[in-house]
Amino acid sequence: MTIFKLSWRNLVGSPLNTILSLLLMSLGVGIISLLILLNNEMKQQVKNNLKEIDMVVGAKGSPLQLILSSVYHIDNPTGNIPLNSINKLKKNRLVDLVIPLSYGDSYKGFRIVGSTHDYFDLYNAEIKEGRRWEGGFEVVIGSDVAKTHNLQIGDNFYGTHGLLKGGHIHDNYAYNVVGILNFSGTVIDKLILTDYHSVWDVHNKDDDSEMEITAALFKFKNPSALIKLPRQVNETTNLQAAVPLFEMNRLINLLGIGFNSIQFIAVVIMIVSGLSIFISLYNSLKRRRYELALMRVHGASRWQLVRLIQFEALFLSVLGAICGLLLSRLSIYIISSLVSENNTINNFPLTLVVEEFWLLPSALLIGIFAALIPTLQAYRTNIPKLLIDA
Amino acid sequence: MLKSTPVSFSYDNLNSFIFPEISLNDSEDLLILGKSGIGKTTFIQLLAGLLTPDKGSISLNGVKYADLSPKKMDEFRGKNISLVFQKPYFIKSINLIQNLLTTLKLSGNKVDKEKCKYLLEHIGLSDKIYSKTYELSEGEKQRASIAMAVCKKPDLILADEPTASLDDENCDIIIKLLKEQAKKSNSKLIIITHDQRLKSQFKNTITL
Repeated sequence: MTIFKLSWRNLVGSPLNTILSLLLMSLGVGIISLLILLNNEMKQQVKNNLKEIDMVVGAKGSPLQLILSSVYHIDNPTGNIPLNSINKLKKNRLVDLVIPLSYGDSYKGFRIVGSTHDYFDLYNAEIKEGRRWEGGFEVVIGSDVAKTHNLQIGDNFYGTHGLLKGGHIHDNYAYNVVGILNFSGTVIDKLILTDYHSVWDVHNKDDDSEMEITAALFKFKNPSALIKLPRQVNETTNLQAAVPLFEMNRLINLLGIGFNSIQFIAVVIMIVSGLSIFISLYNSLKRRRYELALMRVHGASRWQLVRLIQFEALFLSVLGAICGLLLSRLSIYIISSLVSENNTINNFPLTLVVEEFWLLPSALLIGIFAALIPTLQAYRTNIPKLLIDA
Repeated sequence: MLKSTPVSFSYDNLNSFIFPEISLNDSEDLLILGKSGIGKTTFIQLLAGLLTPDKGSISLNGVKYADLSPKKMDEFRGKNISLVFQKPYFIKSINLIQNLLTTLKLSGNKVDKEKCKYLLEHIGLSDKIYSKTYELSEGEKQRASIAMAVCKKPDLILADEPTASLDDENCDIIIKLLKEQAKKSNSKLIIITHDQRLKSQFKNTITL
């Protein structure tokens, strides 16, 4: 039996201590790793869905709410704005493209968004089956919508007013599915798209009233417009303009404070796990000092005893760290399968991400530090004294 | 051949010991009797090279302990000397046969599982080969510790009060076993004890 194997046997021999140390280490590493993965995923999602949208114009209110509702489709609309006012902005020479959006209705938890064909091009959405809408009340659905509700080309359904299940059903007009989109990993997978005139007609407005939309996405010809146009809109019209890039950076920074404090707690847990490794080694050495003396008498060198203790500490810390990394991936898997119905968390990496590389060396270092004093004790095992005391 | 001149050793000014000279040939045994507190364990440790004498020298097969560095002494002891204690010790987390194999490996000797099994069977522990050492009875533990000592076929076996905690019956068994195993592996055997029961069983006796 090698020293390496003997270390392992010693750990298995005192399962409670071993489990406690492993648990603490894997919790610490697991939480940090989970935060890293979630943070990365959030940034990735923000980037994926932002596409080339430079500015969003909608009704006055919270700029963040406007962005979250119009770009990410995870908040309520801020209100309606007249289509005319957007058409006026369209004439500005800095504006490259304007995509009108009408939303606020849903079907069984998925949002119905009225827009133009430009919306497909913005997300490079590809038709998997069928075609884009041509007439009124024709819809193209995202891949998740099709999968969840098993919708097929030719199916009809009624929209529900509001974004929650159980609202008023607009049963005057039925939508007709004419196309299904490929999976894209963006928010469009969870949307039901139609012509924005249809959304207006569903709400049964008489022809005389001025047509309204919910928001409009703007693409600029020139980045310099990012500074100029939003301010101009906010100051000279009763519309609200918001820049998604700014708002999302602000949001990420706000969340970052929370992430940092949780990360701090996780680091503390990792250190406590080091302490637990130290205490369990220290105690087991106290119990095992005759064992070590025996090994020395039988010809084991001081360094073999040192290796024995070091291996035990490193086993605990590295195994704990690996368990932690597995734990974070397991929780991500569970989280994403729980929320995937209405949210936008999709695919997570099972391999190590760059930000996690420091976790293993840190665990190793904690293990080495925890074993420092016990190692010294093992090195100094005083055979004559121990055997006389016996 | 084990040879020692009169050796002296002191822990401090109050506790100093002088031990008589010893000369022991292969396969010979020797009983050293002495009362408690007379330095029996100290003598054993001097003979094992675990302590260094203040005066005098000890050599085993022509190798003088004083010529060896501590590390070399460890290696030398691992190869050539075995100790049996009053209280038997084992590595708790592994079973009996693994204890034997591990000590063989640690001392740099050939690891032969079949031979160790045979030894344990011969010693009367055939049904305990894969038992945890803490599950053995006291008598069995002492027998197992003799197996630990003789499995590497050492040149010298030093036994420190091996029978002190045993009843008469087990005492007989253990001493017979020690003598028999020492003969088999051609080892010199020194038993150091205050146990007067052993007196009749040895020809060579020294009283401290």
